[in-house]
Amino acid sequence: MDWLSPQEWQAVLLSLKVSFWATVISLPFGVGVAYALARGVFPGKLLLNGLVHLPLIMPPVVTGYLLLLTFGTQGPIGAVLQDFGIVLAFRWTGAVLAAAIMAFPLMVRAIRLSIEAVDPKLTEAAATFGASPFQVFRTVTLPLILPGIIAGAVLAFAKAMGEFGATITFVSNIPGQTQTLPSAIHAFLQVPGGESSAMRLVLISVALAMAAILVSEWVSARIAKRVAGK
Amino acid sequence: MTLSVSLKHAFGGFDLDVTFQAPAGITVLFGPSGSGKTTIINAAAGLLRPDTGCIVSDGWELFDTAKNHWLPTHKRRLGYIFQEGRLFPHLDVRQNLLYGQRFAPNSAPREDLGRVVEMLGIGHLLARRPDMLSGGEKQRVAIGRALLTSPRLILADEPLSALDGAHKAEIMPYFERLRDEVSVPILYVSHSAAEVARLATSVVALDQGRVVQTGPAAEVLNDPMLAPLGVRAVGALLEAVVTAHHDDGLTELDVGGQRLLLPRLQRETGSRLRIRIPAHDVILSRKRPVGLSALNILHGTVERVRSGNGPGAIVSLRISGGTVLARITRRSATALDLEAGVECYAIAKTIAVAPEDVGRG
Repeated sequence: MDWLSPQEWQAVLLSLKVSFWATVISLPFGVGVAYALARGVFPGKLLLNGLVHLPLIMPPVVTGYLLLLTFGTQGPIGAVLQDFGIVLAFRWTGAVLAAAIMAFPLMVRAIRLSIEAVDPKLTEAAATFGASPFQVFRTVTLPLILPGIIAGAVLAFAKAMGEFGATITFVSNIPGQTQTLPSAIHAFLQVPGGESSAMRLVLISVALAMAAILVSEWVSARIAKRVAGK
Repeated sequence: MTLSVSLKHAFGGFDLDVTFQAPAGITVLFGPSGSGKTTIINAAAGLLRPDTGCIVSDGWELFDTAKNHWLPTHKRRLGYIFQEGRLFPHLDVRQNLLYGQRFAPNSAPREDLGRVVEMLGIGHLLARRPDMLSGGEKQRVAIGRALLTSPRLILADEPLSALDGAHKAEIMPYFERLRDEVSVPILYVSHSAAEVARLATSVVALDQGRVVQTGPAAEVLNDPMLAPLGVRAVGALLEAVVTAHHDDGLTELDVGGQRLLLPRLQRETGSRLRIRIPAHDVILSRKRPVGLSALNILHGTVERVRSGNGPGAIVSLRISGGTVLARITRRSATALDLEAGVECYAIAKTIAVAPEDVGRG
C-alpha cells in the first residue's frame, strides 16, 4: 500500500482499531442502558438519560477535559486504575474510552427506539409460557431488537471513526500511538505541504462513513425482514 | 372441585369480590365489560396482584395471599390463549408451538407435537411465519402453543372476539375438542352468549365485580335473572340428537321426544348437540297453533313468569327435553293468563337458531 505514507496508514489502522474496540466494549452497556431507559421504572431515570446524552450536547473538548480530570493519572479513577497498571491518558486505550463515550448517545438512542418498538404484550406472553425475565429478553426481545442493535453499533462505529475533540484533549495527537484519522488530518493541515496527505485521509474518511451507512442499512433491512417473518 | 377462585381487589372506584368453584372443562367468565373478568384472569396470570385471595387449579396453588404465597407469572405453568393470538413474529409456526415446552419442568407431562398438530389441523402451516396466517389459523396455532406448554391451567381471554363470524365458526370446534379431550381446567373469558352456550361446562356470570350466578352452563343461561347482562344473552340451552336430514335442506332433531327442525347441519345422524334458542326469538301460544309458518312448536308447562320494571317478562317453559325461555311483553303474559302450571306452546322459527348457537353435545 504505497499510496499512503506510513504515518497516514498508521492513522487509518489506529482509527479502525479504536473504533472497533470502542463499539464492542460499549455495546453491552449500550443495550443495558437502552433497556433501562426504555422499560425501567426507577428513580433517577431522567438523570441517567441526561448523563447519557451529555456528550452529544457538550463541546467535545469539555468531555475530553473532564475525561482527563477523571481518568488522568492524577484523577480519582485514573489513579486507582494506575494501581492496577492501567493507564488511559495519552494512550490508544484512552482514545477508545473517549470514542466510546462520544458515540454512546447515538448507540443508546438507536437501541432504545428498537426496544420501545417491541410490543410489551409479546414479552408478557412469553412470561406466561414460562420464560423468566432473562429468558424473555434472550428469546423474544433480543431477536426483535437485533436490527436496532446493529444500527446502533454501526452508527457508533462511524461516530468513533470521526471523533476528534475529546480524543485530542484526552490523549493528545501522538503519531503511531494516539493519532487517529481526524487527528492526522488536523496535523497534516498544520504543516506546509501536508494538504495532499490530508486530502487522501479525507477521502478515506468519507468512504468509510459511506460504507458504514450502507452496511448498516443492508444488515438491518435483512434482519428486519427475518424478524418480521417476511 | 378442580378450579377454585377467591378474590378481593379494589382499585379506582371499582371493587371486585368473587368466590367460585368449577369442575373440569371450560369455565366461562361471562359478563359485560367492567364486570371484573379481566381482573380475574390477570390475577390468575400473575399480571395483577389482588388485595387478598387465592387461586388453586387442580391442586396447583397459583397464589394465596393468606399464606403470603405468590408464584411469579413464569412459574405458574399456564397456557394462555390471547385475544389477538400474540404469536412471536420472529419464529415460525413450529417454533411458536414449541416455545413454552423448553421452560416446562422435566417432570411435566409432555403433550405430543404431532397429536396437537393433528387435532388442530395445522400440519401444513408448520414452516410458515405468523404474518402468513389468517386470523383463524393464528388462533389455532395459539391454542396449540398453549397446550404444548404442559399447562396446569389454560387461560383464554376472549379468544374469538377478534375473529369474524366465519372464523369464529372455524375455531369453536377446536375449543369443544379442548374441553372434551384435555383434563386441564380452562378459564375462558367471554361476553358472547353463543360462546357460553356452545363451549361452557360451567358459567360464572359476573356483574360489577360480583358473581351474579354460577353453575352448569344450561342452568345459568336458562336463568332469566341474567337479563340485566344483556337481553340477547338470555336463551335456553337444550340437548338434542340429530335424527334425520331432509331433502328440503332441513335437519330434524329430537329434543326429549319433541321434534325440532333447523337449517341443514353438517352433523351425522345420531350425534348429540347443544343448541341455544334465544328468548327473544320465541313466542308463546295457549293453544296448539294451526296455519302457522313456523315449523318448531314445542309443548310444555309454564314454570314461572318473571317480570321487571320494564314492559317485558321472561317465561320459563318446562318441556320434556329441558327448559325453553320466551321473552314476551307483560301485557301478553296477562292476556294469556300465564302463570306457573299452565300448559303452553313455544314457537320458534327454524332460522331462530344461529349456526354459532349449535355445538357439540
